[in-house]
Amino acid sequence: MTDAYNVQYLFVAVFLGVAIVFPLAPLVIARLLAPRRPTPVKTDVYECGVEAKGDAWVQFRVGYYVYALVYVIFAVEAVFLYPWAVAFTGLSVGAVIAMLIFVLLLVEGLAYAWMKGALDWK
Amino acid sequence: MNELLIHLLKIAGVIGVMLGIVAYTVLAERWVCAWMQDRIGPNRVGPFGILQPLADGLKFIFKEDVLPRHVRHKFYFTVAPMITMVPALITVAVVPWGSYLPVLGHNIKGVIADLDVGILFIFAIASLGVYGIVLAGWSSNSKYPFLGGIRSSAQMISYEVCLGLSVVPVFMQAGTLNLWNVVLYQAEHTWLVWCQPLSFVIFMVSAFAETNRTPFDLPEAEQELVGGYHTEYSSMKFAMFFLGEYANMFVASALMATLFFGGWSLPVAPLNAPATTLAVGLAHVGVFLAKTLFFLFVFIWVRWTLPRFRYDQLMTLGWKVFVPLTIVNILVSSVVLAVMENG
Repeated sequence: MTDAYNVQYLFVAVFLGVAIVFPLAPLVIARLLAPRRPTPVKTDVYECGVEAKGDAWVQFRVGYYVYALVYVIFAVEAVFLYPWAVAFTGLSVGAVIAMLIFVLLLVEGLAYAWMKGALDWK
Repeated sequence: MNELLIHLLKIAGVIGVMLGIVAYTVLAERWVCAWMQDRIGPNRVGPFGILQPLADGLKFIFKEDVLPRHVRHKFYFTVAPMITMVPALITVAVVPWGSYLPVLGHNIKGVIADLDVGILFIFAIASLGVYGIVLAGWSSNSKYPFLGGIRSSAQMISYEVCLGLSVVPVFMQAGTLNLWNVVLYQAEHTWLVWCQPLSFVIFMVSAFAETNRTPFDLPEAEQELVGGYHTEYSSMKFAMFFLGEYANMFVASALMATLFFGGWSLPVAPLNAPATTLAVGLAHVGVFLAKTLFFLFVFIWVRWTLPRFRYDQLMTLGWKVFVPLTIVNILVSSVVLAVMENG
């Protein structure tokens, strides 16, 4: 019974339950036992030197988005590469060359981003 | 029914041992850093200070949990520390802790969930950890945490690419994504670190970046960002971030041992094949844990040796050095393996 493939995911589900209960329990216990005496100074924004002015949800530099876009390309590439890697020892030469062309196309994407300066942190 | 009971015991054992190691890694870190800085380190609680984790835990429970009044989304603020912890715990389910444990007529496999998509499962779940840090930084509604969270998301997704691509040659050679079978391959042939040293180096450095450890601890760079994403956290919620970091270190160490250093196997006679007796089965678990503890020590060692990178250096290393290197590694490996196979 335990050899069946889907049963393995049952264990993952049980493990997930345990993994959620474990961090939750101390938080609940601390909530019940820890004192709560908030004062205006205690609940103020953390400051180090000059007090922070204005809202924290401000615009941030666009460079972070560019990294995210390049990430999406390579994360998808990795997902395609894994099945190919597993089947590699039994593949024909044509299949290997086809995959290498796919990888080179993505390298071109990286080279493009690189030349555009998207990977520079200025 | 018996089978189910065995699996529940296995889950309890894995969680228990892992959390014990995580708690004592925190203490070990303090001991090792004290030793490296020629100090004594914690030695007051119990003999040699070995009860320190217990004292810390109790203190965290009884400390006041300050909820800053500028936090507008209390739900996300509370859930964020849990999200950093949960993925680290789940990923251990597919890591093989041993070969077999022959007990009372049962041949128990040394892994909780023997998934054929093993490593993909780990990357898929582990990448969820970044949400915890981003949510913490964003929901704190305070400037230092926000900057820390934003930095961290860019850092973690960049090095996730390196991490994912660096291990492709390993699976080309082993021909399976199932981690138990990867270890079996290494037991039958040789440790993959000897065949794929570049993969190992890139995987290890990326793992340091993924776990936000020095020299890549920019999300919490205390000189610039106070405490980064967990600046506004206190008491048990702060402890969750802290434990989450160490749990992630444990997973990264276990993966390095599994993928590159033969997991439960050693290249000597009874330990180089799946166990048929209980003694060998337990020895396999011991070998796996010894390798994992060694890499945990490396994590600590590096932290107290190297200074922190600048942000532009971090991004340059990831995108302009590691990503091209991993791709070259894949291309070279595929050619070499194809030639060895056909000629």
